[in-house]
Parts: sequence; C-alpha cells; structure tokens
Amino acid sequence: MVIRFSIYILLLLLLASSCSTSENTEEVYMATPLALEIPQLFQDRILPPVTSPTNPQSVEGVALGRKLFFDPILSADGTQACASCHNPQNAFSDERRFSVGIDGSIGTRNSMPLHNLAWNYNQKFFWDGRAITIEEQIFGPVTNPIEMKNTWPNAVASLQNQTTYPELFREAFGTTTIDSVLVSKAIAQFLRTLISANSRFDRHLMGENILTPQELNGIDVFMNESKGDCFHCHGNPFNPLWTDNTFHNNGLDETFSDLGLGNVSGDPRDNGKFKAPSLRNLAFTAPYMHDGRFETLEEVINHYSEGLVFSETIDPLMKTIAQGGVQLTESDKADLKAFLLSLSDSGFINNPDFQNPN
Amino acid sequence: MKKIIFFLLATPFLIACSNDSVDNVNINFKFSQNWDGTQVTNADFNTTLYVNEMGRELNISRMRYLLSRFALTNQNGDVFTTNQFNLVDMANNATLTFNSDLVVPEGTYTLSFIYGFNQEDNINGAYPILNSASWNWPEMLGGGYHFMQYEGSYDVNTVPKPYNLHNGTARVSDGVFEQNFVTITLTNPLVIKTGSEINIKMNIAEWFKNPDLWDLDLYNITLMPNFAAQKLMQRNARSVFSATIN
Ligand code: HEC
Ligand code: HEC
Repeated sequence: MVIRFSIYILLLLLLASSCSTSENTEEVYMATPLALEIPQLFQDRILPPVTSPTNPQSVEGVALGRKLFFDPILSADGTQACASCHNPQNAFSDERRFSVGIDGSIGTRNSMPLHNLAWNYNQKFFWDGRAITIEEQIFGPVTNPIEMKNTWPNAVASLQNQTTYPELFREAFGTTTIDSVLVSKAIAQFLRTLISANSRFDRHLMGENILTPQELNGIDVFMNESKGDCFHCHGNPFNPLWTDNTFHNNGLDETFSDLGLGNVSGDPRDNGKFKAPSLRNLAFTAPYMHDGRFETLEEVINHYSEGLVFSETIDPLMKTIAQGGVQLTESDKADLKAFLLSLSDSGFINNPDFQNPN
Repeated sequence: MKKIIFFLLATPFLIACSNDSVDNVNINFKFSQNWDGTQVTNADFNTTLYVNEMGRELNISRMRYLLSRFALTNQNGDVFTTNQFNLVDMANNATLTFNSDLVVPEGTYTLSFIYGFNQEDNINGAYPILNSASWNWPEMLGGGYHFMQYEGSYDVNTVPKPYNLHNGTARVSDGVFEQNFVTITLTNPLVIKTGSEINIKMNIAEWFKNPDLWDLDLYNITLMPNFAAQKLMQRNARSVFSATIN
C-alpha cells in the first residue's frame, strides 16, 4: 500500500511540474554567477554566510563593486573613495583615530575593518548596529555630511556621465540606467568577497602549522574563565569569526558621550553597548574600540586586566569589575597579545583581488 | 485530459488513506520562563527585580539554555524520540518555539528530555549552529557545549555585583571530567491532540532553592571551573522544568 501510495504521489508531482513549465517569461539578464568561496575552516565549523536573495553574486557585479569602492567619484568633490577610510593595508579600516570627511570634518567613531561581513549573522552593521544589511549600509557614507557628503542624484549623474560605468552596469545588472540601488548592490557584492580565514591560527586549526608556546599559552589565557575570560564575546576555536556579532558594554566609561546601541534602539538598557568586533587582523587595525581610544594592544589588554569601570549597563560577563579587571600577570598579558596577533592574516590584506583596480 | 483522470483516481485514495489511520500529531514545543509563576520575558531584562530564596535582590540580563532528546512515552510504555536539540535564547523570541520532527499518534503521554547534552551528543565543536552562537564549553573544562548561560546582577539596590550561572561538563581536576547533564522526566500526563503544543516552562527561582539553597556570596562568578557549583546546578536543574499542553 505504501508503495502504491508513493507511486500516486510521484505521478501527481510529475503532473504538477509539467503544468508549471513553458510559461513564457520575459528574458531576464543574467550576469556570470560567482559563488562565494567559503573557506574549509568556516564550512566545517560555522553556519553558511548570509547572502542576499535579491542581489546574487556575479563576476561582473563584484568587479564593478570593487571599482566603485576605490573610486572617489562617489564623493561630492571627487576626492574621497570608500577606500580612503577603508584601506586594504589596514584590513579595510583607517589608521586614523577618527576618519576625516571630504570637507575636513572629523567623525566621532573609528572606522571598522571590512572582513567576513557575510558571516555577520544578525546583519546589524556599524558599531551601533543601525544598518540591517550590507546593501543598506552602503547608502550611509555617500550622503553622510561628515563623510562623502554627496547626494545620490549627484553621485548617480557623475557615474552616468562617465564613459565606462554605464557599460559596466549593463554587464553586471543588464541596464545602463544607473541608480543608487544598483550602486549599493555592486559594492555589497564586492564586500561579501572580503573573506579572511588564513591567519597563522587558522592554519593551526587546519593542522597546517604549529603555534609557538607563547601563542598556545595565549589561547589558554583567552579561553580560561579564571584568566582572560575573553571567549564569551569574542568567539573561540570553533567560532573562528572571533566575534559573537552582538552588543555589549565592556566597561570603558562611567558615563557615555556616545550611547551606541541605545541611540538606535531608544532603550536606555542599551546605552553604552557597542558591537563586539572580530579580533581578526588586529595587527593592521589600530587604533582600537569604537572611538579608537587605544593605540596599542597592550592598552586594550590593560583595560581588561585592570582598567574596567562600572556603569549601569555593564555586561555581567565583565565579572571581575569589583577588582577592576581580570588581573593578568605580565607574562600572561604578553602571551595573550601573541595569540591575538596570530589571528592576523597578511594574505588577506595583500590579496590581489582586493586592491585598487583603477 | 490525462491529468484529470489521475486526479480522479488519486483523490479518493488519498482520502481513504488518511481515514483509516490514527491521527498523527507533529509535536511543536513552546518555551516560557517564570519566577515562581510570574511570567518572565526579555522585557524584564535588567529592570524587573526578583528576590531569591536567600533574600537577595537580583535582576536577569541573559538566559540561554539547551534542551535535547525530547521523548514522549505513551501509556503502553512506547517511547517516541527525536535526537534534535533546541537552544533557547530569551533575547530571541524565535527560539521560544521549536517545531520538532517528532510525530506521535493522538493520545496521552509523559514527557522527558535532556537538560544540556548527554555524553554521546556533547561532542566538541560538532554543531555549526551552536558554534555560531558561541555556545562552546572550553576544552580545558571538558569541551562540548554550555547547557545554560544565566546572567544578571544581584544586590542591585546597594552595590550591584554580577552573577553568571554557566553550566556544562564538570571538571574534577586537570584532565578529569564528570558528565553533568540531567535527564528530566516529568510525570504529569499530557493529552496530545492535533494542533496541541507542549509548553515547557522554566521556573528560574528554582535554580536558587531546590533541593539546595544557592548562596550568591559563595557562588557568583567564575563558576565554570568550579566543581561544587557545577554539581549544585545539576542538582537544582531537576526541579526547574515543568510541562503543560496548550
Ligand atoms: C570618511 C570615512 C569613511 C568613508 C568615506 C566610508 N566609511 Fe565606511 N565606515 C567609516 C566609519 C567611521 C565606520 C563606523 C561608523 C559607525 O559605526 O557609526 C564605517 C563603517 C562601515 C561599515 C560597517 C562594517 C561593520 O562591520 O559593521 C561598512 C560595511 C562600511 N563602512 C562600508 C563603506 C563603504 C562601502 C563606503 C563607500 C561607499 C564607506 N564605508 C565609506 C568611515 C568611512
Ligand atoms: C562582555 C563581552 C566582552 C568580553 C568578555 C571581552 N570583550 Fe573585547 N570587546 C567587547 C566589545 C563590546 C568591544 C567594543 C567596545 C567599544 O568599542 O565600545 C570590544 C573590543 C575589543 C577589542 C578592540 C578591537 C577593535 O577592533 O577595536 C579588542 C582587541 C578586544 N576587545 C579584546 C578582548 C580581550 C583580549 C578580551 C579578554 C581579556 C576581551 N576583549 C573580552 C566585548 C568584550
């Protein structure tokens, strides 16, 4: 009976599929599909990346996005590109504490590195999570008065009037009519390809190299609840993103000049919470924290070791607040730093596919 | 034309097929939390104050816990099981419902499940969905996964101090570990009909009182490597859960 039943189902399914074919749809332009190259380490350990159903990756889209990312044409006076504040040599962050906009105005936040953005599972971008997709995020800087200070009609007109761009948009999206949505889609495609998974520590996890005793003790400090106790917010060897992609108050200030997540949610319980950043590529991303207050990793480690200050929204995971921090010995501090640096991926910053094509 | 014939042939058969079997129910779970009967949701995080069995005033800022191997036993003793697990994160309402692959005939059952993972399931790094949630339990403490992360502050109105009830494999000494999961067996009968949902409730206050009193002065932070605290959580876990049918 079960077999006969299954046969009926099969027949019905066949019929259903024969009904739905041969509908004459309009010819939709298809650029050359380009799957994201998921590193083996990520494939083995964590969930697949978040891609956009309405913005599939393509060879032409990524190439166009890369060109746009490095092209100052998007700014009001043609002097500033995304790359001006997101330099490949700094893992796409800015070595200045605060980035400087086209008219010299200075922001209040440190630029963020751009890596493994497709693995930001909550898709909440910026230090305070106010953008909810990569595509949406890109609408921000172009018109931001302290950044590229442009208008979209103006940016789009510059691209439209240029000789090569209309054709590149046609190759990527099947139309020479440029608009802000297509600009954001192309750049988002490029940003999703910025994947970093080849640090010394990654290769150690893949069994391809051996860490120094100092680095090994460093990961022990990181994972040990009685020592550094970093892993609840910053990942672990099975979560090699080295971030939990969520927001915490890690004890930097007693009062907040920047409310962070609280400003976005309007909930005072979120005041002073910022995204826990990935600890990848720290060798290239100084200065540190949302306001770039620490120039060195020593300063960061000293903060967690003895510099914590109490405020109402402090995360209970800042357990040792009563002692001002986790009280590491000098040698544990040095080892922790060595481990943190083993998460830096020089192949990422030097990847020829990520450099200025213009 | 042919299509119509197939449909005509198939339709009565389909109907007949579902008529002569007992109705099967796809089991959906709902998870809720309370403090001695008062509902607790993430809206209470960091604001609502609770008083525990030893009279300490506290708030809650995070509650995540893992349940696995849900099983329903009917009155003949037949057991229906699933090897699925669910990580409840009170901050994320989507995790408060779980549509399992468990299918049982309508009837009366009792529920059991595992708080955390049993030894067989508690494999270091084995589940990408849990790794992505940073749910791992450090290898130096036996590896595998957390069973619970329950955090907040106590003495909130005087000198607020953090507490972290993180539970998982218990470390006896360096390199020596003891299993710490709990098989929760609930004895009340659950009458399951088509469309019914099993509501698993956690009474958070129970962590602090039953059977052992929890002294926050003794056990507050850095409890993961603390064998006594790990075992205390295991003992108190038994009375924390209950289940009803919605
Ligand atoms: C003037 C400097 C500046 C320019 C130009 C700039 N950015 Fe940024 N970018 C920043 C700063 C500062 C932040 C952090 C801002 C915040 O959190 O409020 C940031 C954050 C981001 C993020 C969020 C990363 C994350 O992990 O959440 C992305 C993505 C990004 N920028 C992409 C771009 C793109 C694409 C462009 C060009 C269209 C661009 N930026 C132009 C300074 C700049
Ligand atoms: C409670 C969660 C939490 C814990 C535990 C934690 N951090 Fe952080 N970490 C954060 C947050 C949140 C930020 C960003 C804060 C800001 O900018 O306001 C941060 C920032 C950092 C940065 C700066 C990165 C950058 O790109 O600017 C480093 C480095 C860092 N943490 C290392 C550590 C180390 C090492 C430990 C353990 C000693 C640790 N963290 C423990 C949440 C945490």
